[in-house]
Amino acid sequence: MADVQQPTSGMQVVLGALSLPKKWRLGIGPIIAVIVLLAIVMAAVFAPLYVPYDPSQMSSTNRLQPSSAEHLFGTDPYGRDLFSRVVTGGQVSLLIGIGSAIVSVLVGLAIGLVSGFFRIADAIIMRVMDSLMAIPAILLAIALVALSGPSITSVIIAITIPEVPRVVRLVRSVVLGAREEPYVEAAIALGSSMPRILWQHLMPNTLSPLIVQGTYICASAILTEAILSFLGAGVSTEIPTWGNIMAEGRTYFQVNPGLIFWPGLMLSLCILSINLLGDTARDILDPRLKKREA
Amino acid sequence: MFGYIIRRILGVIPVMAIVALVVFLLLRLTPGDPAAILAGDSATAAQLERIRESLGLNDPLHLQFFNWIRQLLQGDLGTSLISNTDVSQMIGRRINPTINLAVMTIIISVLMAVPMGVIAAWRHRSWIDYGVMTFSVLGFSVPVFVIGYIFIQIFAIELRWVPVQGYAHPTQDLMGFFQRAILPSLTLATIYVALIARMTRASMLEVLGEDYIRTARAKGVRENVVLFRHALRNAAVPIMTIIGTGFALLISGVVVTESVFNIPGIGRLTVDAILARDYPVIQAMILLTAGIYVLVNLLIDISYSLIDPRIRY
Repeated sequence: MADVQQPTSGMQVVLGALSLPKKWRLGIGPIIAVIVLLAIVMAAVFAPLYVPYDPSQMSSTNRLQPSSAEHLFGTDPYGRDLFSRVVTGGQVSLLIGIGSAIVSVLVGLAIGLVSGFFRIADAIIMRVMDSLMAIPAILLAIALVALSGPSITSVIIAITIPEVPRVVRLVRSVVLGAREEPYVEAAIALGSSMPRILWQHLMPNTLSPLIVQGTYICASAILTEAILSFLGAGVSTEIPTWGNIMAEGRTYFQVNPGLIFWPGLMLSLCILSINLLGDTARDILDPRLKKREA
Repeated sequence: MFGYIIRRILGVIPVMAIVALVVFLLLRLTPGDPAAILAGDSATAAQLERIRESLGLNDPLHLQFFNWIRQLLQGDLGTSLISNTDVSQMIGRRINPTINLAVMTIIISVLMAVPMGVIAAWRHRSWIDYGVMTFSVLGFSVPVFVIGYIFIQIFAIELRWVPVQGYAHPTQDLMGFFQRAILPSLTLATIYVALIARMTRASMLEVLGEDYIRTARAKGVRENVVLFRHALRNAAVPIMTIIGTGFALLISGVVVTESVFNIPGIGRLTVDAILARDYPVIQAMILLTAGIYVLVNLLIDISYSLIDPRIRY
């Protein structure tokens, strides 16, 4: 059974994003963002190979030292080396960011496809999504973590649940627009199976907005992780994350501001570059938006 | 118009019902036993069982849910497991600082963000424009509490302009209230300003390209009248919408800011309740904040036709 010609496949969209069109001149911003982000990711991933101290090694004689040649960022209230902790802390923070982005996008995509295509399911799903969006994300997330235990998985789930409705709305709106297209009608007329229509014909349309949305979710998930840890409802305090380091440092903030400043700086630089990449991806993938905003 | 308002108000009911259901299931399906918290560590199995019976935790789930809803409809938010006081009383005692903080933040945000967005759009691609855009990207990238601590470090510790933390009642000590509320409000306002300024700029850019703006300028209308009467008014609907959806950010921000600045508001109340697993307080607070969010957005939707008479329902 010959399939109907599609406008763009998912792969083409991804390739289109990678090979930048000539008319779109790459500014200096996105390049710096890529470099900063790569540096932070590499620093976190390879931290065990180069950090001068074990990030969880305590030392009662070295508490709250200012920065020095031995301790680049100084030490924390337990005498642990702050530099080692900050670069290592990036591992879990980034994992949570990327994990939450992937899970939110996949779950939101599945629900959104169904919601956009089946009218009966749509009414119910969208009411539930509206309600979820009405609950403040932070409250929902701290409640979920506090009640289900401080593991990395429960933090990712807690961050994902409030993000899903936004992804669902996005996917649904794209599907609603695409399902009236002639190639979808043709596929239905030719008797393509429902999963095939959803996956082969409708899903590719959602890819480029989802790449953009996923980038933003990754940034906001890293931010949410920090807030959760700060409020005492994050990943277990034995694991260093940017949020945990700042949460432990807040009591001693006036003694050593670096306890908040350094992890805060790493985190902000990371989120800033991810957000800039998201903006860049949006400009490339959705020229209509660029025209409107520029 | 009147019919539309009635329809929108009726539309709130299913949303709030589902919020209540979600909150209820969330608390019942996660591990953790309210009876065990109430009884303490040394309780025997028989004591636990008695407490469970008295809290109605042995009833089937749907019965528990409907009992809770019936209580809610009678205005009874339940009793705290920890302090054994009425939840509505607890909220009543703590809500004033939060409302004051939120109102001050919204006023500061709108007063700062709208002119910033208008000027950025007016001087498109100038250094002012890039400055506003940089600020708005930065505002989204720095955690609220880091901004709070930076402000404390600069204005309270280095410059000593204001006290570090705390809260004063405006009716008792107006000056003290402003001194203590200004840093938390500015902290909270940062992300809100970023959001509103960005939307104002985008919306103004679109409107400034319209023919009637060129006409207004051509007939010699003064530039500030063109900007604020002709352009801003037509650009207002998306700005209002973002103020409404951004309200969720404000609620989340309040929770964090109250912790940083030691303000005895309902944000702190909620976090403390969640960490102590005080189920009735958690249920009530999530429902309350969701209700406020829905209400604010309802009011904003209704007010569209006041700003833009072209919108009719």
